[in-house]
Amino acid sequence: MSVSPAPSLGKRLQDWLPRIVLAPSLALVLVFVYGFIVWTAVLSMSTSRLLPVYRWAGFDAYERLFNQPNWYVALKNLAIFGSIYIVVCIAIGLFLAILLDQKIRIEGVLRPIYLYPMALSFVVTGTAWKWFLNPGMGFEHAVRVITGWDTFRFDWITRPDMAIYTVAIAGIWQASGFVMAMFLAGLRGIDSEMLKAATVDGASTFTIYRRIVIPLLRPAFLSAVIVLAHMAIKSYDLVIALTGGGPGNATELPSTFMYSYTFTRSQMAVGSASAMVMLMGIAAIMVPYLYSELKEKNR
Amino acid sequence: MSAREMAISTAAGPARWSRVVIYGLLIVFALFYLTPLFVMLSTSFKTLDEIRSGNILALPAHPTADAWGKAWGSACIGVTCEGIKGYFWNSIKMVVPAVLISTVLGALNGYVLTKWRFPGHRIVFGMMLFACFIPFQSVLIPMARVLGILGLSNTTAGLVMVHVVYGLGFTTLFFRNYYDTFPTELIQSAQMDGAGFFTIFRRILLPSSAPIIVVTVIYQFTNIWNDFLFGVSFASGGSSPMTVALNNLVSSSTGVKEYNVDMAAAVIAALPTLIVYIVAGRYFMRGLMAGAIKG
Repeated sequence: MSVSPAPSLGKRLQDWLPRIVLAPSLALVLVFVYGFIVWTAVLSMSTSRLLPVYRWAGFDAYERLFNQPNWYVALKNLAIFGSIYIVVCIAIGLFLAILLDQKIRIEGVLRPIYLYPMALSFVVTGTAWKWFLNPGMGFEHAVRVITGWDTFRFDWITRPDMAIYTVAIAGIWQASGFVMAMFLAGLRGIDSEMLKAATVDGASTFTIYRRIVIPLLRPAFLSAVIVLAHMAIKSYDLVIALTGGGPGNATELPSTFMYSYTFTRSQMAVGSASAMVMLMGIAAIMVPYLYSELKEKNR
Repeated sequence: MSAREMAISTAAGPARWSRVVIYGLLIVFALFYLTPLFVMLSTSFKTLDEIRSGNILALPAHPTADAWGKAWGSACIGVTCEGIKGYFWNSIKMVVPAVLISTVLGALNGYVLTKWRFPGHRIVFGMMLFACFIPFQSVLIPMARVLGILGLSNTTAGLVMVHVVYGLGFTTLFFRNYYDTFPTELIQSAQMDGAGFFTIFRRILLPSSAPIIVVTVIYQFTNIWNDFLFGVSFASGGSSPMTVALNNLVSSSTGVKEYNVDMAAAVIAALPTLIVYIVAGRYFMRGLMAGAIKG
């Protein structure tokens, strides 16, 4: 750290030691993250099909990508899944957090129950819900047997027009408890003096929440939206385990599109192009967020 | 007075009823979260006949652990019929070294980035941080090539390397934020006494790092155990991790569909992370929250 007049070799080594320790990690990240992203970008501008070929093709693969009806299905599904996932997770999360914040005696029992799905793998979640939503033997069948309501139908998972909503249901089941925890942490951090003043002024509980508490939770809202949007774009395992992208291509997402075009349909350039589009989507969300977070912290 | 106390005092009259409604709603949601786990467990203890004739919400009439035995030791995955036990060990062999290496590197990185800052340390950290959030699709093809060149395709060692590399960002983030609040004066005075880089780390920082080590280990363990994308991309066949084997088992379409075996396998795959969650839920949450950056 310090510079002495005539440093010996040992001393100089000591000065450089921190950087030497950090260097391998930095090199790994530079090569395996940033280098690989550049590599994927190059592939997306090549003529690669089954194997990587480094012949320049410009934006040809991007053009082909955006001429694929399948890609539009994937984007549309991401929009449906992503918006339902984010909105419902936040609604349930906020609702549960507010309820749990009413001095609930069994909070210590309930909180872990709401949260445990977050510890499971998406493959386990997908497997469980695939079985639960199985029309002939799952929930639909159980309701018919138990209530005698013979025409009850819940066969979304087999219907091309509804299957994407089952992905959203399973995703919400997994992540909404986590969103609850984020809001609960926010609620517990609110200055109680301010709320006391509002009560003295005769504000009702509902008004206090609507006018004071919820606006104060803005940072928690922002974090929740960012985290959920990020998880929605990356969702892959859940769809594979729940519907396998089907029926047909009804639950195709950009992540499953990328995988199948690259590894099973031998359209590596198109697959790479779709990966780059996904990366740009994530970067558009994460870079401004991370930048503001880092700035805030260094203030 | 907090928001919750107020809710009680302002609704003094019908307070009783609103309490009943609140508790009712909370319990309904608890059932929503618990039902899939209950269905998984109860199905795994049923016979196939009972699954066909009964309904999934019913408890097993004659509980049997046959499906568990079959899932563990003799269910067919791909062409082999030796159950999921081999894949379970694959996951263990992958998780343990990957968690240890990424945690050690993260601790050292966090130490350098807070206590031995150099010009440009912020950019270095920013680059490592963004690396946490990239969609892995954007590195999948080059990684497959590199693993092939290194002779690590379809090996556990290859997966360990992948998880170390892509886990570094998070482990560095955790330790950096933790060491950031550690008093720098202590380190300066140790330097005056002639203590070097590693001595200070070992004698001063490490002894008080237990909480963040637990958080990091749990976070990495859960993430790596639950990974599917890297497993399915780089280790198909005999070296697959548990999640990939589970998916292969469940989605295989040959023969009679044995839902009880599928569910037993799913519970086995979920068990390690569930146990960690039950034993150390507090630390698990802290890791998730730190992963969501705000803090």
